[in-house]
Amino acid sequence: MTSKASERLEFRDPKQVQAFQRALEHLCADLKTPISIMHVCGSHEQSIARFGLRSLLPPNLQVIMGPGCPVCVTDMPEVDEAVYLAEQGVILATFGDMFRVPGTVKSLAEAKAEGADVRIVYSPWEALQIARKAEREVVFFATGFETTAVATAAVILSGPPPNLSVLSAHKYIPPVMEIVAEMPQTRIQGFLAAGHAATITGWKIFERFVERHGIPVVVGGFEPLDILSALVQLVELIRRGERRVVNAYPRCVTPEGNRNAQRLLWEVFQTESGVWRGIAYVPNGNLRLRPTYAWADARARFQIRLSEWLHDAPPRLTQECLCGNIMAGIATPYDCRLFGKECVPESPVGACMVSSEGTCRIWYEYGGHVKGPTP
Amino acid sequence: MCLGVPGKVLEVNDMTALVDFWGVRKQVLLHTVDSPVAPGDYVLVHVGFAIRRIPTGQIEETLAFYETLLRTAEEDLMAADVQEEMGAGEET
Repeated sequence: MTSKASERLEFRDPKQVQAFQRALEHLCADLKTPISIMHVCGSHEQSIARFGLRSLLPPNLQVIMGPGCPVCVTDMPEVDEAVYLAEQGVILATFGDMFRVPGTVKSLAEAKAEGADVRIVYSPWEALQIARKAEREVVFFATGFETTAVATAAVILSGPPPNLSVLSAHKYIPPVMEIVAEMPQTRIQGFLAAGHAATITGWKIFERFVERHGIPVVVGGFEPLDILSALVQLVELIRRGERRVVNAYPRCVTPEGNRNAQRLLWEVFQTESGVWRGIAYVPNGNLRLRPTYAWADARARFQIRLSEWLHDAPPRLTQECLCGNIMAGIATPYDCRLFGKECVPESPVGACMVSSEGTCRIWYEYGGHVKGPTP
Repeated sequence: MCLGVPGKVLEVNDMTALVDFWGVRKQVLLHTVDSPVAPGDYVLVHVGFAIRRIPTGQIEETLAFYETLLRTAEEDLMAADVQEEMGAGEET
């Protein structure tokens, strides 16, 4: 996989890439201690790994992926709720990435193999279309960060048929950044914030975070030059001890963000505290439907009796899976004994190997391009 | 799934727009867009919904990256995600 990946290292402008590489080398040359930068976006990790950007970084600059894969941080009881409802006879619609994520007892793919009606959709709007044609109850198992939750909110506000409801496992990124920033093991000195989530929220939302934690944030795009440029700006901020937000992706991100989308989002959703799989209990990290929209909330419409159902469940997920530590940024896939052996995309052990935005899946595909042991 | 995809607006009909993504035409929903769009505009689309009208003059650099990805002939994780986003709109 590494040889295949190296053929993909084509850059739009190699000279600019070299210039950024030299700038980073220069900025890191006299550092007394190494710098750790975290990003929280599966698409950033895809681009970093696909274009081998880590191999361009000086050895004392580390870029790690945090909890940026919405499928990966969906908590196992949330998957269990979806499996439970599918087995009760509803049509369960969800994104393809969610299909094979292990629940306590089984995944949605396994439930489907046993006869449950599970449908893969690319858009929440497709779930609404299914409900229009179906006579049965249709539940949209909604995952993703605020960018995706906006679309779910729009569907709920569009006057959906009464047989459509939403099982929300949507997550809200800003609160989890606060959690990982405080984790003593990570020692994060800068955040590369995800461009398209910030398209919705705007970059000013990170100012409070910077104030509280004293860690600079740069909002960056997804192409190699966008990422390298954001890293140069972050290292400069860290070196100068400047604590502020810089928007390095102005073509998609504004100070206030997409106000129309925010209005839809907060009309339908409110934040609740809950567990992100493998990370921690995250105060205000979950997006749940407001009581006003209980009519569209699968948790209000159906009685989901997980505890009885799970009573005889055998322990299933291998205890050796390092997904949690990998999503918290304190381990890499190469630290996991299962990576590329028992755990491969065809038969994933953890969610990080299932989703195209999971660190393990991305590194399996492209290699991690980090110095050190490779599998 | 965090990666929106840019496309060119061909027609606008109330809350939907016909959008062209490198030859693939889809109906995209406009409920979530940040400002009014007209034919000729470029929008950033996520799960079948437009989330941003990309300012004129900043389109070329936005498109170039996706074109690099979509030129990949072999199977590619990131290109597959982009193609999935392009496929998320309604068939026309």
